[in-house]
Amino acid sequence: MTLDILYFAWLRERIGLPRETVTTEAATVADLVAELSAREDRYALAFSDLSAVRVALDQDLADFDAPLAGVREVAFFPPMTGG
Amino acid sequence: MQIRVQEAPFDYGAESARFTDGCNGIGAVVTFCGIVRNDGGALQAMEIEHYPGMTERALTQIAEEAARRWTLADCLIIHRFGRMTPGEKIMMVATASAHRADAFAAADFLMDYLKSRAPFWKKEFSGDSAEWVAAKDADEAALERW
Repeated sequence: MTLDILYFAWLRERIGLPRETVTTEAATVADLVAELSAREDRYALAFSDLSAVRVALDQDLADFDAPLAGVREVAFFPPMTGG
Repeated sequence: MQIRVQEAPFDYGAESARFTDGCNGIGAVVTFCGIVRNDGGALQAMEIEHYPGMTERALTQIAEEAARRWTLADCLIIHRFGRMTPGEKIMMVATASAHRADAFAAADFLMDYLKSRAPFWKKEFSGDSAEWVAAKDADEAALERW
């Protein structure tokens, strides 16, 4: 499957790009994170503490054990600081 | 219900007046405005990044939830992104209801939720440093009272 992956705030800075398209067979968000982390150090560094990372699937907040089947867009970002 | 996410400044007075006038005879209007703190002069600027698309979607969901919980005649959320300097207005909410209790409670709820459930991230610039603002545990805990 092909996914658009978006990164925001310090995740975007650490990984060094705002978005990319990846082809993956990852079944869950956690599998995708493991796959990206294995790719390069900058990903491993960005995902080293998942308690500081939030994920959205097709623009809805989700958990790391959520399945990716049918998903088009995955976004990773730190806890939000609006207001 | 009106949701606006924009880079440009907004006129808090004019927006409040327009909202209030639009709620002709409803009884109670509560408005809140968030402003960039000057931190005793240390802060030079703040940049707010957001997730276009999800931001509007999350704010709409939060406003719809408020409308389910309280009897609201109308509500307004304006939130800016981009670079701002101390004293600039970041965002505002306004709620209208027949009685003040619902208007206050809904405005409080909107603020608590949009602080930690709407995809905005603040970066503060002071001197040579630029740091992402960390989310506070207290902001997450604030959601539990709803």
